[in-house]
Amino acid sequence: MAGNILIIIKRENINANIILSAKYNYNHLEVEVMLSIKKGMVVLVVLAVLFSMSGTGFAQDVSLEFQQWWGVELPEGELRDIVDGYTEETGIEIELLSNPYADTKDQISAGAATGTMADVVGLDGSWVYDFAVQGSIANLSKLMEADGYDDSQLSDQIRVNGSTYMIPVANFAYPMFVNMDLLKEAGVTELPKTRSEFIEAAEAVTENTDAYGWIIPLSTSTPSGIQNNFMGWLWASGGSMLENGRPNLVGNEKLIKTVEFQKTLFDKELVSPGVYAMTESDMVEEFANGRVAFMIDSLAHLTTLRRGDTDLNMAMMKVPTMDNYNGKSGIGVANWGIGVASNTEYKAESMDFIEYLMSPEVNARIAVAANAFPGNVNAEPEYEGADPLFLDAFEIYKDSYAINEFTGLPTSEQLMRVFAENLQLYLEGDYDSADEMLAVIEDEWEKAFE
Amino acid sequence: MKKIFNSFNKNGHKIEKTPYLYLSPTLILMAVLLVIPIFMVLRYSFFDNVIINNNPVFVGFQNYINVLTDDRFLIAVKNTLFFVSVSVIAHLVIGLYFAMLLNTDYLGEKTKGIFRVIYALPWMFTASVIAILWKMMYNPHGIINYLLQISNLSSANIAWLGSRSYALMAVTLINIWARYPFYMISILAGLQGISGDLYEAAAIDGATPVKRFFYITLPQLKPILISLLTLDFVWTIQQFALIWLTTGGGPISATETLSTYIYKQAFSKYQYSQASASAGIVLLICTILAIFYAKQQKART
Repeated sequence: MAGNILIIIKRENINANIILSAKYNYNHLEVEVMLSIKKGMVVLVVLAVLFSMSGTGFAQDVSLEFQQWWGVELPEGELRDIVDGYTEETGIEIELLSNPYADTKDQISAGAATGTMADVVGLDGSWVYDFAVQGSIANLSKLMEADGYDDSQLSDQIRVNGSTYMIPVANFAYPMFVNMDLLKEAGVTELPKTRSEFIEAAEAVTENTDAYGWIIPLSTSTPSGIQNNFMGWLWASGGSMLENGRPNLVGNEKLIKTVEFQKTLFDKELVSPGVYAMTESDMVEEFANGRVAFMIDSLAHLTTLRRGDTDLNMAMMKVPTMDNYNGKSGIGVANWGIGVASNTEYKAESMDFIEYLMSPEVNARIAVAANAFPGNVNAEPEYEGADPLFLDAFEIYKDSYAINEFTGLPTSEQLMRVFAENLQLYLEGDYDSADEMLAVIEDEWEKAFE
Repeated sequence: MKKIFNSFNKNGHKIEKTPYLYLSPTLILMAVLLVIPIFMVLRYSFFDNVIINNNPVFVGFQNYINVLTDDRFLIAVKNTLFFVSVSVIAHLVIGLYFAMLLNTDYLGEKTKGIFRVIYALPWMFTASVIAILWKMMYNPHGIINYLLQISNLSSANIAWLGSRSYALMAVTLINIWARYPFYMISILAGLQGISGDLYEAAAIDGATPVKRFFYITLPQLKPILISLLTLDFVWTIQQFALIWLTTGGGPISATETLSTYIYKQAFSKYQYSQASASAGIVLLICTILAIFYAKQQKART
């Protein structure tokens, strides 16, 4: 254990050197080690050029590299089969570079730094901002416009400064999970549709059973609870935390109401204890053990919950909306996104390939294989033999719009952390009003957007 | 090696180059893995935001001023002081106590062997295992609350890691539990090295067990204890994994220590210069300690 900090710092250096310094042409780094890395990079670039020549120069037809982590997570051979369909249609060869998520992230970052990114890349929303600002991924708005592509069929688009840089291919939704046994025990007969009804149901559960009504993981080490469990309430009522891509917290009525609503739940002691140090997995554990009636969680955990306790009598529902809200609800999502490298020679072909993946039939096929929801709103995946709860969730998803406002924001995890810390202070009564808390958070957030 | 590697300095003394050739693989490794990274971090700390900035500008001590005036950093220092001092003292007391228990003549070798393994167990677990274990025990529905409740010491389900008032104490306790065996094993080795003659002589002179402890055991163990304390201080100040995996520095900033502060600066805010500056401060503290340690070791030899 000795030297923890030093080791971390060393790692930071090494990563930083390899990945980031190259991005900026080493203007500011003159250490000798850098030179050797630079040489290594040159060799890599030369090799990459040679490879690309062998692929294109000699064989005349176009070949696209598609780097992603999906191939690893999909059933074996599925992605190969899907892209072969494209090759049949167009004659364009697709070379798959499939690696696990973390490796893909490293490789794409390194590619972004050296300008050797694959032509088409799988993207995670949290990388988009950095890559877009750095100029290593192409502006898809322009490509779609050049192609006359109808973007209204896309469930969502991840934008930076108003232009699209990532298109979600498959979405993993965050509906609300309900423990029906607890509701029955508490005498709640109908699933709550509004926040007032939710408070009543949570009160009934907390009073009449050993369990609690609501749970929200607010750990500051992995603050994703803000995105998945807190903002889910705001989005469900059609709210937004951004305006023109920038923070819009102070004076945001719907957000203030949402913060106050959470405080009500805490003040009435309807929330499972210990949430300030709780992570998403802790929350799932509490739910799986029947200690809480409602939680917002990724559908990806459905299998885990089924495996863990087959007796758990669960249901899916929409996140309740503000009273008297009749508009459409947003549902939180995580996604597999796709983008085009700036350095590719084949922008038009790359866009064409993306359009193929986003076409209703192909997109439906990807969604089914990935146990996800399609990125094309017209896709009609046939989830044969799927878990009935999954199908319920799909109905909820179709009836809502997919949203995740943290995707594409700078230092998004830090934004969530700042929010989580201040929300804890507010819930503890350290702030006089929700707006006062939001003002502090907005100040902090603005710094990231500078 | 042949003579061609050697040359003469101006006084006519031969300068041996051969030894340096033999040393070079180690020296190069040390330079690449240790010296260069440390100096790069120190260099980063004098620039405005490095790595994410194209052309960082030299800003002198500005990063250090920013860090030292950051409330969050001061909280981290305060928490680290508590965490380190309580941990180190408790490690010493518990380690010494268990070591003396295991060194007793009243127990058979087999019994001692079994207890030696049991007491040393926490040292064998990795941080992630320890974190999972204690998170379960600290759970509001966990065993600790259960035991408190059946013994009528508490009536509520206390969220040990999730409460601002208990969290720091709770993680400190985990750290005490995880690290005392190192003391125990080292001190046990030290105890076994103390000559029985000393105790016999003292017993003949009529010294009580308490006096024997203070006038024989402690002075004999002093060199080991000082090494242990120095090492433990440096290790505990750097304790990151346990804190990160249990509370992440929260709730709010209740368990924010220097290590979690630095991590957040670098990998969450991407403020690499500020992180480097904070790391520089920690490095300074640890270096001062290391110098004391080295001096003490030198004085002994």
